[in-house]
Amino acid sequence: MQKIHKILIGVAFSPNLKPNIFEAVRLANLFDAELVGVHVGTKSNQKKADLKALLSKADPLKKPFKAIWKEGNPVNVIIETCASEQIDLLILGAIQKENLLKYYVGSIARKITRKAPCSVLLLIKPSVARVACNYIVVNGLKDDKTEETIKTAFVFSEHLNCNKITIVEEISQGELHIKVSDDKTLRKSSIARERLSTRENQRVKHILEDIKNKNITVNTQPIFGKRGYSIGHYAKVKRADLLVMNAPNKLGFFDRIFPHDIEYILSELPTDVLIVK
Amino acid sequence: MEKKKAFKTFLSDIPQNLFSGFVVSLIALPLGLGLALASGAPPISGIIAAIVGGVVVSLIGGSNVTITGPGNGLVVVILAAITTLGEGNMQQGFLYTLAAIVISGIIMIVLGFLRMGSLGDFFPGSAIQGMLAAIGIGIFAKQIHVMFGNLEAKGSIVELLLYIPEGIINLLKTTDSSMFYAGLVGIGSLLIMVFYSKIRNRYFQLIPAPMWIVVLSVGMYYYFELVSTSPYPIDKNLLIALPDDILSNFAFPDFSKIYHANFINAVIAITLIASIESLLSIKAVDKLDPLKRRSNVNKDIRALGIATVISGFLGGLNVVTVIARSSVNVNNKGTNRSANFFHAAFLVAFILLFATELRKIPLPALAAILVFTGYKLASPDNIKKIFSIGSEQLIIFLITLFTTIITSLITGIIVGILITFIIHIIINKNILLFIKNILKPNVLMFKEEGKYYVSVKNFSSFLNYTKLKTKLDQIPESEEAIIDFSLCDFVDHSVMENMNNYTESFTRKGGHFEVIGLDDSKSGSEHPFALRKILPKQIIPKEGVLTKRQKSIQKISEEMHWKYYAFSAQETEELPTFGYFKTRKIDKVSNVLSNEDCTIMDVQFSEGEMIAKQVIKATILHIHTPKPVPSFTLDREGIFEYLLDFAGYRDIHIEGHSDFTRRFYLSGKNQEKIRAFFSDELVLFFESNKQYHIEATKNGLLVIGNERLSSVKEIKALAYFGMGLQKTI
Repeated sequence: MQKIHKILIGVAFSPNLKPNIFEAVRLANLFDAELVGVHVGTKSNQKKADLKALLSKADPLKKPFKAIWKEGNPVNVIIETCASEQIDLLILGAIQKENLLKYYVGSIARKITRKAPCSVLLLIKPSVARVACNYIVVNGLKDDKTEETIKTAFVFSEHLNCNKITIVEEISQGELHIKVSDDKTLRKSSIARERLSTRENQRVKHILEDIKNKNITVNTQPIFGKRGYSIGHYAKVKRADLLVMNAPNKLGFFDRIFPHDIEYILSELPTDVLIVK
Repeated sequence: MEKKKAFKTFLSDIPQNLFSGFVVSLIALPLGLGLALASGAPPISGIIAAIVGGVVVSLIGGSNVTITGPGNGLVVVILAAITTLGEGNMQQGFLYTLAAIVISGIIMIVLGFLRMGSLGDFFPGSAIQGMLAAIGIGIFAKQIHVMFGNLEAKGSIVELLLYIPEGIINLLKTTDSSMFYAGLVGIGSLLIMVFYSKIRNRYFQLIPAPMWIVVLSVGMYYYFELVSTSPYPIDKNLLIALPDDILSNFAFPDFSKIYHANFINAVIAITLIASIESLLSIKAVDKLDPLKRRSNVNKDIRALGIATVISGFLGGLNVVTVIARSSVNVNNKGTNRSANFFHAAFLVAFILLFATELRKIPLPALAAILVFTGYKLASPDNIKKIFSIGSEQLIIFLITLFTTIITSLITGIIVGILITFIIHIIINKNILLFIKNILKPNVLMFKEEGKYYVSVKNFSSFLNYTKLKTKLDQIPESEEAIIDFSLCDFVDHSVMENMNNYTESFTRKGGHFEVIGLDDSKSGSEHPFALRKILPKQIIPKEGVLTKRQKSIQKISEEMHWKYYAFSAQETEELPTFGYFKTRKIDKVSNVLSNEDCTIMDVQFSEGEMIAKQVIKATILHIHTPKPVPSFTLDREGIFEYLLDFAGYRDIHIEGHSDFTRRFYLSGKNQEKIRAFFSDELVLFFESNKQYHIEATKNGLLVIGNERLSSVKEIKALAYFGMGLQKTI
């Protein structure tokens, strides 16, 4: 996914609807994309009027808004719509934990995220007024999808006028093969870490060769830690505005019980997250 | 090439390690006998453990300056094992216990191979303190009666404690002269233990306190034997019993009870205490290591396990790393593992050469050593210290302490862990914080602009401390590290204490370790170990009313136009670079009196760690020199220096000043530079003034008079000496 033509937003008539719609409209305009709203539930004139009133308050859309009204299971409806409308980006809102500055993805949104055929953007704090995105953190895992993800991150940063990107290479602790127990092993492990870091940086540099980035400051940061978890932690520590991740490979039964990779992020969103498919 | 060099330093360090191994063996001998007796085992078993431990661990261990042998903590468990397994028959019980010791050794080996050295981190600090205090009380309660010459006292720890006043009365009223004299020897020995550290005389301190007790009590025997006409008053059953032929009388473990529940219990308790005591000691000794090396804990645990198995088969006790003897080793300039080996070798020599003399040691004398050890483990100072951290820590400590005393060690520590966890939940009013996050990898570490940054999320307590520890251990201590707890909702006491330890070890090795993100957090007390509390770099004393001494010093400062600060925290940065403070930890600096180049101050520092810790206050003078000075040390010449000479140190002779060479002991690495530095004028200055202990490094000169606080008059003399020396240089 590098070009975004169609953006889908779920319309649920909740207190969050207004900021969600405003964010979606803003994004659609930034990408010159068409915005599609889908409401799972019965169609009524009242709802139609409400939606129209909201849209009229937001910035004017460059391309016409398309509303879809459908009844059924929310997860299935949204996923079907993504496929039938050839959606490029799906926007979902996160839920804030009570009284805590912690966000997570609700169970429905989580199912959608896992099954969605397109990229998904999870917003933790949709707001009516625009909050500029200044800093993007993107994963640089050794994975086939990574190149695509990094490229998408650059597309986003161009459209969002973001000028700082950090590519985080998560290296599993096990790759070190050395456990520190005294001065000698400490020295050995320090050397091994340096070597692995250089290797990872080299790999990412190779991907970056194809990307023209004049106005964007790009950093690479190797981290030794658990996949998925440490990048979320890093994004939070660094106060990133957007975290861009690879879509997970097909998840099995055990992956849900022993969460890893993206599941960590979904249970505790550090910031807005874009999952690239 | 590097290996060759390392081997060369090893060889050149042998003499000083030989010396320090000798001093340690002087303590290990009485302690080994005493610990074994207190455990209800034959006295020789403690010596066997020390010998096997010293040989095996020095050969295949992973630490550098530790000493191994029978441990304090195990006394209580082994005594319990012997009593329960023997069912009244102590001799048979000992054989069963030997089997338990062998098996616990095997478990230790397995733990070492599984890299479970970090097991000790799962125990909350205050609970461990409570358990150690309970062990101390246990030793104290039992041994104080032996010290009074009463071998018959039996019962639970509480009963024994309640019986103490009666025991004293019995001793005073007794008609049994053997018991009365034995009790006197015991009390005399205890007095030696208590006042030993107060007497800072080098010749007196050359022999460790336990050895003084042995020497004096054996001396007493020979006095009665050779000089006095009356017979030796202490009965034979109150003297130590060693087998007649030490080399052939090894006890062999009896494995026939191996499947009994009691046996399994004993194995668990022995392994638990052996590994906790060793881990704590290894960690503490690493803080003392003058060469600042890091011990390989797992390798050491493995070696201790192997040593324990061998020792068990030979009829010896468990082998653990012991803090008191290791501290003595460091204080006597032990630098590598050979000291441990030599300590074992000297023990063999002692036991073979002096077996007859050793049989003359009265049991109360040895019991006095243990009473003192027990008291130090459970001293009221510890309780005060824990209370200053926070009242919740005191609750944990006391509950663990009482449960351990009333039930058993294993129940005690389990209750301690549970109560700590419950208190954490109560403080946070939130159990989900712990349950949901305990398995999550909560630590992020990355290197940025040459600095290590570590961020900890959710909560950080003894439950998940290993995760943080494995990350922190990967940072070389010479680097800069920042630990950010701002994403943490809760940080507990054990973690804060460990952070403080890291701060210290980073400072020692020239790095920097800073804890941030706790400014907003609430805390129960001002103590740096208090849970959820930011770490101050140094505890700054509160401004208070000046004492008479301080007022006098203030007056001097006005007379001499020096500056005086009663409460100051400067100067501590340079002091640790002096050799003298390499093995001594500076706690506090106060009463700083200074002009531009000279600074006189009171320094409070500590020697040793944990129970072997001695706090010493001394007045010292520090002189900044305008030009660099070659490193040297200058001392009064005495017996001590002859010994050092023997141990490989050289006295540097200054040509043409034979009087100076005779009176002063001068040593240093770069002999030529030192000779050049000691001009006629300087030599004359030293000859005509009071003799101090002087140390020079590139940061200036350190002048120490006696190892105590100086009087106002002495401070004045020290100041003039400093100014004179400064001028001469």
